[in-house]
Amino acid sequence: MSYVLQQLMNAFQLGSIYALIALGYTMVYGILTMINFAHGDLFMVGAFLCFVAAVFLKLSFVPVMLISMFGVALLGVVIERLAYKPLRQAPRVSAIITALGVGLFLENFTLALNPYPKQIPQLMSNTTWTILGVSISSLQAFIIVLSLLLMLILDLIVRKTMVGMAMRAISWDKATVPLMGVPMNLIISVTFAIGASLGGAAGVMYGLAYPVIDPYMGIMVGWKAFISAVVGGIGNIRGAMIGGYILGMVEILVVAFFPSTYRDFVAFALLIVLLIFRPYGILGKPQPQKV
Amino acid sequence: MKKAFLFVVLCMVASVFLTACSGEKGSTVRIGVIAELTGDMPAVGESCKKAAEMAVQEVNNAGGLDIDNKKYKVELFVEDNAGKADQSASAAQKLITQKKVHAIIGPNATRYAIPASEIAESSKVVLISPWSTNPKTTLDAKTNAPKKYVFRACFIDPFQGRVVAKFAMESLKVKKAAVLYDVASDYNKGIAEFFKETFEQSGGKVVAFETYTTNDKDFSGQLTKIKKASPDIIFLPNYYSEIPLQIQQAKRLGIEVPIVGSDSWGSQELLKLCGKDCEGCYFSTHYAADAATPVAAKFIEAFKTKYGVMPDDVAALTYDSFGLLWQAIKGANRVDRQAVRDALAGILKYEGVTGNMQFKEGSGDPVKSAVILRIKDGKFVYFVSANP
Repeated sequence: MSYVLQQLMNAFQLGSIYALIALGYTMVYGILTMINFAHGDLFMVGAFLCFVAAVFLKLSFVPVMLISMFGVALLGVVIERLAYKPLRQAPRVSAIITALGVGLFLENFTLALNPYPKQIPQLMSNTTWTILGVSISSLQAFIIVLSLLLMLILDLIVRKTMVGMAMRAISWDKATVPLMGVPMNLIISVTFAIGASLGGAAGVMYGLAYPVIDPYMGIMVGWKAFISAVVGGIGNIRGAMIGGYILGMVEILVVAFFPSTYRDFVAFALLIVLLIFRPYGILGKPQPQKV
Repeated sequence: MKKAFLFVVLCMVASVFLTACSGEKGSTVRIGVIAELTGDMPAVGESCKKAAEMAVQEVNNAGGLDIDNKKYKVELFVEDNAGKADQSASAAQKLITQKKVHAIIGPNATRYAIPASEIAESSKVVLISPWSTNPKTTLDAKTNAPKKYVFRACFIDPFQGRVVAKFAMESLKVKKAAVLYDVASDYNKGIAEFFKETFEQSGGKVVAFETYTTNDKDFSGQLTKIKKASPDIIFLPNYYSEIPLQIQQAKRLGIEVPIVGSDSWGSQELLKLCGKDCEGCYFSTHYAADAATPVAAKFIEAFKTKYGVMPDDVAALTYDSFGLLWQAIKGANRVDRQAVRDALAGILKYEGVTGNMQFKEGSGDPVKSAVILRIKDGKFVYFVSANP
């Protein structure tokens, strides 16, 4: 029993981080119907900013988090302005290829600065509690709570504020909304900033939970978060959260009950099966193709 | 008329330069190094490069290599393989065809050494891997016979797996072991299997044999499973950049058993990345800097004066690879790829920084002893030696 609970705890921690990153994919897709494949690398930049702020500036957790979120948000906006905006009228595939290129650029830029893996220092005291034979570290609990809090805030922004309403409107109809006086470029920038800052926050939390970081850390995590977003229904914010938790859960449970070699294989196979039956994801809605 | 004159002059100038260059080519020994300067283990590549530069500088400062009563300077070409198998192969190709090297040292990690060794073997150029311990590096994949042009300066994994298993059973007196290893990497997989084989043959039991893939950061699922199997010891034959994560996550889950590793731990970077978490762990490796022979002490002193850091096992093995090569070139008494290979294959005994090496006839694998180190107060401390 305690074994299963322990594995569930592990799954929650992993799932929270996947969910946070998946939100970045889903928001950009919701507004621009474009997949920002550079998002996993923005997450990596977040972890490196965390390292710089914690080691060179010797800051504590809260300013480190703010620096990472703000820095990555800024980077997200700059990337959108320089790389994606000129391609807004181009075929969608051009933007996706550009995004892959931007991701490679970020990886190799970080690599060129310094190729060594880095250790993130402990920014908070980490005690381990044992409840019913289950080890829960305060860090683990903190990551889960903070991720849920960030997702809740995002959900509120999208549902209750003017900016959120504008975002939803743009995703509904890109042609008419600007005519109503909605500053489309600004809203798109804000979307990129929010999505990227969540990626930055995930980078910090990932860095705290798995404290050795390297320039390639964003690739696999980025793919898994992207898949989480697709499973949940890409473009749907609550779907991204659910997708993240499902993927975390599947991965850990596969390891728990099968030989661990099957981890990625079974995880991806399950997702393929799910997408065969619900190609628009769990919470997504089928979109009629205009012919 | 004027143009024709200019053309003739240019031709003459060019021919002077060309002959000058080709004349230069004759009187140097050209050595290529393939190292992991970027990618997932840059500390390994850096050590290899430093030791290589030191070895070459020593020879050149002494006037060069004495071959056939003539002094030959050594020229070094360092290529980065970026921690990629394909780039290792292309680096080998570039060194052989463009730089026209007489021999190659590196790559270090098995998963890069194997593809590079294939190129070296088919191009008939000597390749010495300082650090690749997997048997497959020097064996032909099809015939399983030893490759003719591939050598190494380190012991091989069946021996290392046996050393660790024996050490766990005899010195730590454990009966149940758990293993967590990278299934996507030849080195990790090989040594995990050799360990399991020996450990079970000598009456122990491997209660958990868990895997992950390169670049995974979350091992909590596997470690929870290991905890449930309640082993007396955990064996982690993985690279230095992954070890800190694995040990920290194990500790967070409340696993308190001794942890043992293999020679892939032996980088000073491990101490930086791991901090207090690695205290008290053991690992098998090639030499102990604090229990050094006179040969090793001289090397360590020179390395420390030049770079200000302790040389790790990769540095020592790279230096030994060059030592082997110098001996072979002197023995061949001629700078020629085939002659160097024949002389190298003829070396039966070599005294190096990492101990005495003995080569069996027709094999590129030296027989040599291993040491077990313990991490204590943030340092690698000699614990015990293991002889073949």
